[in-house]
Amino acid sequence: MLQGVDLTVQSGTSMVIIGGSGTGKSVLLKCILGLVRPDSGTITLDGQDVTKADRDAFLARFGMLFQGGALFDSLKVWENVAFRLLRGAKALPKAEARAIAIEKLRRVGLKPETADLFPAELSGGMQKRVGLARAIAAEPEIIFFDEPTTGLDPIMAGVINDLIREIVVEMGATAMTITHDMSSVRAIADNVAMLHGGVIRWTGPVSEMDATPDPYVQQFIHGRADGPIEGVR
Amino acid sequence: MTAALAAIGRPTLQAIAAVGRVALFAAAILGHLFRPPFYLRELGQSLLQIGWYSLPVVGLTAIFTGGALALQIYAGGARFNAETVVPSIVAIGITRELGPVLGGLMVAARVASSIAAEIGTMKVTEQIDALVTLSTNPLKYLAVPRVVAATLAMPVLVAVGDAIGIMGGWLVGITRLDFNSATYLKNTIDFLETWDVGSGLVKGAVFGFIVALMGCYHGMNSARGAQGVGAATKSAVVSASILITRPSGPTGCCRGWT
Repeated sequence: MLQGVDLTVQSGTSMVIIGGSGTGKSVLLKCILGLVRPDSGTITLDGQDVTKADRDAFLARFGMLFQGGALFDSLKVWENVAFRLLRGAKALPKAEARAIAIEKLRRVGLKPETADLFPAELSGGMQKRVGLARAIAAEPEIIFFDEPTTGLDPIMAGVINDLIREIVVEMGATAMTITHDMSSVRAIADNVAMLHGGVIRWTGPVSEMDATPDPYVQQFIHGRADGPIEGVR
Repeated sequence: MTAALAAIGRPTLQAIAAVGRVALFAAAILGHLFRPPFYLRELGQSLLQIGWYSLPVVGLTAIFTGGALALQIYAGGARFNAETVVPSIVAIGITRELGPVLGGLMVAARVASSIAAEIGTMKVTEQIDALVTLSTNPLKYLAVPRVVAATLAMPVLVAVGDAIGIMGGWLVGITRLDFNSATYLKNTIDFLETWDVGSGLVKGAVFGFIVALMGCYHGMNSARGAQGVGAATKSAVVSASILITRPSGPTGCCRGWT
């Protein structure tokens, strides 16, 4: 699926990856996290091959918001948010972890009463926010967002986009976001990369995206049926 | 000729590969048993789900099995004036074979399916990927507590099922077959040996391990979508049931001890 992706993300910037369905955007994130093993190539973080790094220490630097939220159904909302804080060598006492979870929920616009609900009792937008709270709970250096606004109404999508931007700027984190939603791209991105045919077709600052002559980027950002990207894939 | 050989060889190789994958999965679970972190809360929840909530179905199956067994042994024994063997054969049949096997099948239907469906759904909704990104080993967090809980809970379920099954035979004996209550109980106790009960409990532990192992394995390897989870659930129940009832393999070893 990916055939020679070459992409560099500067520390402290927000990179948004765009591309059609099935082009391997999610696979790219999963390769970085070690959820999918690439057949060949190298992924480096701060110049170090990620496959040779200590796995727990490496993952501790990441937070991820999954497309469907991926909240654990059997755990309460606050336990989902504090999942990492309650486990591992640096596990916090339950009361402290709960307090941090409630603070993170507040940060994403959810009331403390939400903390004791189960994920199934929340709306789709609330689940996304809880997923966002979980992604930032341990204050990671790098945050991945996999289609953060998919399935949300435009107003809720706007709220999530603003939250992501605010949190990334506030935490000084490096962000990588996958989306099809061009309003998300404009709200979240410092830089944009377009993935097509297994390679990065174009990458550059979001301010240059509209002016690029690349026909693939132009077709994608304007949502045209005609162009080099086949409508039926 | 080549096509015929291929038709035999392909499924044979696939079966051997599947056995290998299950064996590696089981070895990985066993390898994690004594290494921290230990998820005691998840173990407690699994004990409750697998042990406590399976009691009604195991108890109901046992009481009806005991009663039916008493009736049939009486019907057979009466043909050569051997009605008095009913209490001892009911007790031996229940404790050595029917208690653990029928209990195992009931738990396979109830627990293997629920484990496979739960873990399968977690897989297709990316919850297992989420566990990995949160520095948690899914095998250790999801599979180990369930396998340990099932292995510990099944012997207890079998013991309870044995007692209820024998009681079912006793109830039918005194209400339908004109047995004296005290004589029935005395015959049961006099002819029952410790190993009759012990072998059933050992079988129970093995069956518990198999049921949870199959549930976890098929759940973890579930394909995408509702159909994938459905297929994983079906495979978990079918494979656990076959392994419990087949006359050789891990459960056959248990039978060999008796």
